[in-house]
Amino acid sequence: MVEEKFDAIVIGAGPSGLAAGYTMAKAGMNVIIFERGDYPGSKNVMGGVLYRDPTEELISGFWEEAPVERYIIQQDIWVLDDDSVITMGYQDNKFAKKPYNNFTVLRAKFDRWFAKKAEEAGALLITETVVEDLIYDDKRVVGVQTGRKDGEVKADVVILAEGVNSLIGEQAGLHPKIPPEHLAVAVKEVISLPRETIEARFNLNGDEGKTIELVGKATEGMMGTAFIYTNEKSLSVGVGALLSDMVDANMNPNDLLEELKSHPTVAKLLQGGETKEYLAHLIPEGGYHAIPELYRDGLMVVGDAAMLVNGYHREGSNLAMISGKLAGETAIEAKEAGDFSMDMLSSYKEKLDDSFIMKDMYKYKDASAFFATNPHFFEIYPKLANEALHELLVVDGKPKRQKQRKILEKVKDKRSYFGIAKDLFNAWRVMR
Amino acid sequence: MHSVVCVKQVPDTSEVGIDPETNTIIREGVPSIINPYDLHGIEAALHLKDEFDGKVTILTMGPPQAEAAIKRALSFGADRGILLSDRAFAGSDTLATSYIITQALKRIIDEERVDIIFCGKQAIDGDTAQVGPGIAARLGWNQLTYVVGINEVNIDNNEVRISRKLESGKEIIKAELPALLTVVKGLNEIRYASLPDMIRGARAEIEVWGEGDLELDESKIGLSGSPTQVGRIFPPPEREGGEIIPGGKEDPKGAARVLAEKLIGKEVIPNK
Repeated sequence: MVEEKFDAIVIGAGPSGLAAGYTMAKAGMNVIIFERGDYPGSKNVMGGVLYRDPTEELISGFWEEAPVERYIIQQDIWVLDDDSVITMGYQDNKFAKKPYNNFTVLRAKFDRWFAKKAEEAGALLITETVVEDLIYDDKRVVGVQTGRKDGEVKADVVILAEGVNSLIGEQAGLHPKIPPEHLAVAVKEVISLPRETIEARFNLNGDEGKTIELVGKATEGMMGTAFIYTNEKSLSVGVGALLSDMVDANMNPNDLLEELKSHPTVAKLLQGGETKEYLAHLIPEGGYHAIPELYRDGLMVVGDAAMLVNGYHREGSNLAMISGKLAGETAIEAKEAGDFSMDMLSSYKEKLDDSFIMKDMYKYKDASAFFATNPHFFEIYPKLANEALHELLVVDGKPKRQKQRKILEKVKDKRSYFGIAKDLFNAWRVMR
Repeated sequence: MHSVVCVKQVPDTSEVGIDPETNTIIREGVPSIINPYDLHGIEAALHLKDEFDGKVTILTMGPPQAEAAIKRALSFGADRGILLSDRAFAGSDTLATSYIITQALKRIIDEERVDIIFCGKQAIDGDTAQVGPGIAARLGWNQLTYVVGINEVNIDNNEVRISRKLESGKEIIKAELPALLTVVKGLNEIRYASLPDMIRGARAEIEVWGEGDLELDESKIGLSGSPTQVGRIFPPPEREGGEIIPGGKEDPKGAARVLAEKLIGKEVIPNK
């Protein structure tokens, strides 16, 4: 057992844990962060979009020194069918000016930088060390048990930032075992291409970047999305769908990604590229109703471990970082008050409730369940939209009225007008 | 029993790529590790420390970030870490590097007796296997290379008996201490550090020695002290696909004849 008692222990050096550790260390707290991987970021995966504003709440002006890839000026949505795609894009040249709006990042690089900031602030980072359990004194969490020899260490407060595979949270009974319908599985490849090729193919200048989110055929109609993000000298290409859908459809995420990469509209963008990295990860998609207990005596839960992911806006890491910061701030107040009881730490939940995090989580509280039970949004509608445009745009001597009638027949074939009206109304209700 | 382990921080070659345009090694974003062979040297030194209640000093040369390698080594239980880092050392080849490290070792030896110096058999980035023997030669110490077993350390007789790994077997050698050992992977299993040691290592203050801290002849260090220079680093050419002789199914005899003629032509098989 370690003789020294720390002010705080953080389990996990991902965005949420590092944010918590950084916040507390900067305030002079004696913090130890445990990471099971070889280095922070070695086990972390995300699509690759980092938002500036929430990150700046932690480290103002971070983008001037952090390893970011490109600043994003254009965001596209592609509705994919077998051979066709409907594209919608939004380009904003205000986003091309400092301080920019958001960035593409490669997490392995970014997290190492972020960890260095936390260490510089005084946090002690211990890698390659697995935390196996919490240590209790009666009902109060007073430390952790690691897998190393003499691996017990104590602290006033433990911040659980262990990520989606929240085994300690489950062991502690903070939440039940996460069911597959609350998890998405995402796979991603980093495909290297020369800078100039990326800029030419995506119509970018210099460090400008672009993101594409793909729906429809991209997930074979399963609930989920695919993405293509431009990095400096590579593309991040991935696809994610609900684990339960994958299991039901007997699909393998790798096949889904291969299929996406070979889609004629996507293959053109990737041509000549070489796959440098292959990554796979789970995403907690349980939403508001699946958020576990967030605090106990001597314990707070942050980031993915707290189910704080907004899949509809592809936001996860910013919720992670802000929740980590709020937990860190709560720990600082608790230390000042000399009180780490559940009562004191409940202000972490209040801070979350007051922030955009819980407001957004609440806004989409019913969306996951709705879309999970209404697969037409990911299957039928993308197909119909593509087919309708195909019909309209082919000039084949048929009068336009006849074409419109044909489109409407196709629509009716797949779903009744009443059904469509109901879908639209319900979708509006859960998303409003 | 005082051992010094010379370690090198190297890029994790399992994650190193080659830039296809410039043909240079992409070091950016590649994590750094302790040269894997050196880890076995650390373990061997720690083992002696446990056995004889001794001391282990870690020595490395490199840029400031090589500090991480020392901290890592200390987290296994080593006692002291010294980083040789100076702009004047940059560009040193194996000759200059072994000279600088030897001068640092002389300073350590002046302070307290050193019984064994451990080095990895070679570094995985340069693969030269020259620095260890270079140090031994400069110190005038016994050098024992490719050590795969430490059979006995006899402090009273000032002797060590070790096994060297040879291509066809093992060679057991007895040598007088002090000695320098370069070690291979089969020597030992690297320990899983205890948590208190991990914390001590992460917090350790590293001594940094620069040009001014050592007695150095300027003409023997850095680029100007290095007779060898790396001209170019490039990946091996990709293997081209072999020739396929058709018709094996329809006319196996004919296909075999074509194959035999080709092999005879290349003198792979005799023409009898």
